[in-house]
Amino acid sequence: MAVTGAILVLYLIAHMIGNLKVFLGRDDFNHYAHWLRTMGEPAVPYRTVLTIIEIVLTVAVILHMWSAVSLARRARRARPVRYAARPTTQEHRYATHVMRYGGVVILLFVIWHLLDLTFGAVNPKGGDAQPYDKIVADFAPSHWYITLFYIVAVVLVGFHLRHGLWSAFQTLGWGRQNRYRGLRLLADTVAAVIVLGFVSVPVLVTIGVVS
Amino acid sequence: MKLTLKIWRQKNADDPGRMVPYELDDVSPDMSFLEMLDVLNERLIVEGEDPVAFDHDCREGICGMCSLVIDGTPHGPQQATTTCQLHMRHFKDGDVITIEPWRAAAFPVIKDLVVDRSAFDRIIQAGGYVSAPTGSAPEAASIPVPQADAHAAFDAATCIGCGACVAACPNASAMLFTAAKITHLGLMPQGQPERYGRVTAMVAQMDAEGFGGCTNTGECTAVCPKGIPFETISRLNADLLKATRKAS
Amino acid sequence: MSTVNLFTDGEPIRDTKAPEGPVEQRWDKRRFGGKLVNPANRRKLSVIVVGTGLAGGSAAATLGELGYHVKSFCYQDSPRRAHSIAAQGGINAAKNYRNDGDSIQRLFYDTVKGGDYRSRESNVYRLAQVSVEIIDQCVAQGVPFAREYGGLLDTRSFGGVQVSRTFYARGQTGQQLLLGAYQALERQVAAGTVEMFTRHEMLELIIVDGAARGIVARDMVTGEIETHTADAVVLASGGYGNVFFLSTNAKGCNVTATWRAHRKGALFANPCYTQIHPTCIPQSGDHQSKLTLMSESLRNDGRVWVPVAKGDKRDPREIPEDERDYYLERIYPSFGNLVPRDIASRAAKNVCDEGRGVGPGGLGVYLDFADAIQRLGRKAVADKYGNLFEMYERITGEDPFEVPMRIYPAVHYTMGGLWVDYDLQSTIPGLFVIGEANFSDHGANRLGASALMQGLADGYFVLPNTISDYLAKGPFPKVGDDHEAVVEARESVTGRIERLLSIDGDRTPDSFHRELGALMWEYCGMERTDEGLRKAIDRIRELREEFWTRVKVPGENEELNQALEKAGRIADFFELAELMCIDALHRTESCGGHFRAESQTPDGEALRDDEHFAYVAAWEYTGDAPVLHKENLEYENVKMVQRSYK
Repeated sequence: MAVTGAILVLYLIAHMIGNLKVFLGRDDFNHYAHWLRTMGEPAVPYRTVLTIIEIVLTVAVILHMWSAVSLARRARRARPVRYAARPTTQEHRYATHVMRYGGVVILLFVIWHLLDLTFGAVNPKGGDAQPYDKIVADFAPSHWYITLFYIVAVVLVGFHLRHGLWSAFQTLGWGRQNRYRGLRLLADTVAAVIVLGFVSVPVLVTIGVVS
Repeated sequence: MKLTLKIWRQKNADDPGRMVPYELDDVSPDMSFLEMLDVLNERLIVEGEDPVAFDHDCREGICGMCSLVIDGTPHGPQQATTTCQLHMRHFKDGDVITIEPWRAAAFPVIKDLVVDRSAFDRIIQAGGYVSAPTGSAPEAASIPVPQADAHAAFDAATCIGCGACVAACPNASAMLFTAAKITHLGLMPQGQPERYGRVTAMVAQMDAEGFGGCTNTGECTAVCPKGIPFETISRLNADLLKATRKAS
Repeated sequence: MSTVNLFTDGEPIRDTKAPEGPVEQRWDKRRFGGKLVNPANRRKLSVIVVGTGLAGGSAAATLGELGYHVKSFCYQDSPRRAHSIAAQGGINAAKNYRNDGDSIQRLFYDTVKGGDYRSRESNVYRLAQVSVEIIDQCVAQGVPFAREYGGLLDTRSFGGVQVSRTFYARGQTGQQLLLGAYQALERQVAAGTVEMFTRHEMLELIIVDGAARGIVARDMVTGEIETHTADAVVLASGGYGNVFFLSTNAKGCNVTATWRAHRKGALFANPCYTQIHPTCIPQSGDHQSKLTLMSESLRNDGRVWVPVAKGDKRDPREIPEDERDYYLERIYPSFGNLVPRDIASRAAKNVCDEGRGVGPGGLGVYLDFADAIQRLGRKAVADKYGNLFEMYERITGEDPFEVPMRIYPAVHYTMGGLWVDYDLQSTIPGLFVIGEANFSDHGANRLGASALMQGLADGYFVLPNTISDYLAKGPFPKVGDDHEAVVEARESVTGRIERLLSIDGDRTPDSFHRELGALMWEYCGMERTDEGLRKAIDRIRELREEFWTRVKVPGENEELNQALEKAGRIADFFELAELMCIDALHRTESCGGHFRAESQTPDGEALRDDEHFAYVAAWEYTGDAPVLHKENLEYENVKMVQRSYK
C-alpha cells in the first residue's frame, strides 16, 4: 500500500507541475504535451518512456486497489458480526474514514479523466484537438459542472493523500511521538499543494484568466 | 437514576444471539459500571433468569479482564479508563446504554459479553519474551539501560492485554497489542538478540489468528485504557521491514 | 461456650527439612542434601501447578525449563491476569546498590521483626538470600525497572525501612514482574513443556496412597469436570482476603484450592493473620464490590484527620483548624502520619467507632493535602502524586486538590495459609504450596514490597530446587481415571455442584458473601475480642446453614455459569471463616495484623505474649472441631523485642 501509494504520489506531483505549464501559454503547454511522447528519443522510439510510465502507473494503481480490496475483505472477515451501536470514533480526522469510499470515487474520476483528456472520448472538442484546447473547452464557464466535478474529485484526492501519506510514513516505520506533528504537517502540506496545483487550472480557466 | 440497558445476550458460541432490553431503577452515580451490572444480575437471579455473563476480575483497571463495548466505544466514554473503573456519574437519568462484547472473529463469543482472547496468548507464545531461563541471568547492574529507553519501554510494557484495540479498530486488527510487546522488548538491551525473529514470528501469528490488517486509523490508541502510544506500531513496522531485508 | 469445645490440641509439628547449623548455610546445605533428578528423567515426571501469579507462573515456567512436564491452571482467561498484577509498590532485594548499609542479614532481620516474631528464621533468611537473584532474573527478562540517569537500577525506601532496597517499575511493579513470568511461561507453552489450562478452576485434590497425585478441575466454559493426574501438585492459588467480601483482592480470588487441600489433610497455619491496609478508598454505598488501594506513600505528605465533634456533616473545607483532630499526630507525636500499617488502620477504626468518621456511612477519615499544596506548591504535589489523585478522582468524582481525600482501611493480604516445611511441602506428601497460599515467610505481618519478593523467590528459585528431592522418588505408578481415589474425588465435586444447583432458594450467592464479609470485618477484622469472635462463630454457622438451604444458583453446570462459580467459592469461605475466628480466638495475644483488644499495652499498642504464643498454629481438619498442632518458633539469630512507635 505504502509503496504503490508513494509511486502514485510522485506521479501526481510530476503531473501537477506539468499542468501548471498551462499558465505559460498555449504553445508551451502543447509543446510539453508533445515532449511527453518524445521523451527519451532518439535513444528509444517514440512514446517508449511514456508507455513505460503508463504501465508502471497502471500496475501501481492495480496493486494499490488490490491491497485496498484485500485489506477491506480481511477486515470484513475479521469482524463478521458488526456492532449494534454505531461505533463512536475517537479519531476525529475525516480523511481517515473515507479512504475506501474516497478511493472508489477517485477511481471513477480517473476513468472519466482519461476518457476526457487522454482519449478525448467525452471531451467537448473530441479526441483530435490540441491538449490546451481540450482543457479550455472542458473548464469553460458553460461547462461549470465539469469544473465542479473536477474540483470535488481533486479535493477527495487531497483527503486521500492526507491520510495516505501520513499512513505511509507510519508503515515505513518513521512514526515517533515527537515526529508526528511534523509528519502530519508534511502530509497535510503535500496534500494541500497538490490540491491547489490541480484546482488552479480549471478555476482560472473558468473565470477566464486562461483562455 | 433510571436506565435502559440494551445488552447482547448469547447463550453459547453456537447461539446467534440478540440484544435484550432491561430497565434498571435506583442506579447510584457512585457505582462503577460493573457494579451497576452486578445490581442487574442480583435481580435476574432472584427472578429466576439467567444473569448476564461478563468478564471482570481485579476491578482496579490493571488485570485487563473486563471488556465491554459501551455505546459503540470499548470501555465506554471516559478516556484512559477500563470498564471496571468507569463510574455511572458519566451517565444521566433516562439514558439508553448499549452493551456489546468485543467483536472480532479472533475473539469468538463464549457467552453474552464474554469472549475468548486466547489469540493474544498465542501471539506472545510466538515470540513475546526474552529467552532467559531461570538461573542464567547476569548481575542486574551489569547492563545499564538509558533512562529514556527504560521510560519508552515501560510506556509500551504497560499494556494490559484487554483487547480494546482490536474491538475499536475498524479492521479488527491486533496491531497495537502486538506492537506494544515488540516495542517493549525491542527497546531493552535484553531484547536485542531475538529482536528481528520475534517481530516476524509475532506478526505471522497475529495474521494466522484472523485479525484484520492495520490501516493506521489510530482508533486503537484512542480507546486504549493505558494509552499505549501509536508510535509502537511504527516501531513494529520498522523492525518488520528490517527483518524482511535481513531475511532476503 | 469455651474454647475447649471449639478445637482440640494435637501433637506438636516440626519442620524436619531445614538443615541444622548456621542460618546462612542452611539453603546451601539443603540444596546439596536434596536428591536430584537426572535431566533425561525429568520429562517422565509431571507436575500440576494451580495458579499463575508471581509464584505459580514463575514456578511453572522454571519447572518447564528444567524439563518436567507441567500442567498449569488458572481461572482467568489468561495466565497474565493473576492478581499479582495489581501490586503497586515494588520488590525488596538486598542488593545494597545504594551502599546504605543493607545486607542479606538486614533484610532478614527487618522481615522477622516486621512479622512481629512469628515467622520461621530459616525460611526468612533464605528469602533474603534469594532476593538478590530475583532482581537479576527479572532484569534479564527485560522487565523495565525504574532507572537512574546513568542507566543503572533505581531503588527507593519503602514501608518505613531505613535502607533503599525496593526496586520498582513506576506504580506497576507487580504488573511488570508478572508479565515477565507470564512471558517465560508462554515461552514454555510454545516449547511444549507446559500445558496451559485457562478458565479452569481446581475444585478438589486427588490423593492416592497418602500422596497428592492430581486435581479435579472444572472447565469454566463447558462445565466439564476433568481429572488431571501428575507426580506432584503445587498450589499457588493466592490468599483468602475475599472472605471479607470487600477487599483489595480481585473478585475471583478464592480459598477453594487450598481449602480443598486442607480438607484432605493439609494443615492450615495461622489463618487469623490478615493484613489491613490503611490507605484505601472508602466504600461509597451498599453496591460496593471491591476496595481500591492507594499507595501508602500518600501518607508522606497528607495529614490524617477527622472532625472533633461527632456526626459533623459540614464540608471539610468549612471545618476550622481547631475543630479538627489530627489524631495520628496527636497520639503518635514522633511518627505521626507515618506509623505502620496496622497502627494507622486501627486508629482510623477507633475514631470512626466514636462516630467521628466522614463520608458515606461514617466509614472514612480525611487525608488532607492542603498543607502540602501550600508548602510545596500545587505542581510539586501533582508531580509526586498526580497519578494517584487521578485514580482517586476517577473513582470518587472528587478532586483531592480541592477537597481532602477520604480513606479507610481495607483487607489487603493474608499472611496465613497452608503449612509448609522448608521445602515448601505441605503435610500431604507431594503437595507443595508457594506464594501467598502458604504461611511461611511473613509471620504475623508482611512488610511492604515483600509479597512480590516471596512469590518470585518461591517460584523461580526455592520450589524448583526442593521439589526434585521429592520427584527423585518418582515416577510414581500411573493413576488412571478409573482409580478409586480419582472417581471418589470427581464424584464429590459433581455431588457438590448438583447440590448447589438443586437448592433453588431465594437468596443470591453474593448476598450471603456480603453478609459473611460484614460479619468477618466486624468481629475478625482490625480488632478482635473474645466475645465478638464467639458471636461471629455462632453467626457463621447459622449463616452457613441458611446458605445451604436458601441459596439460589440459576442455570446448569454445563455452561459458563458465574453464579455457580461464586456459590462454590462462598461455601468454602464459610468453612474458612470459622477456622479464622477459632484461630483468632485461641491466640489471646496481639501480634502483627492480629489485634486482640484484651492484649494491649497501656498505650493501646499490640502486646505480644511470647511465652505462650511464639508458635505457628497449624490446624488439622476433622469435619468437627479442628485439631491444633503447634510448631514452636525458635529465634537463634534475632532477639525478640516489643515494637514501639510513640
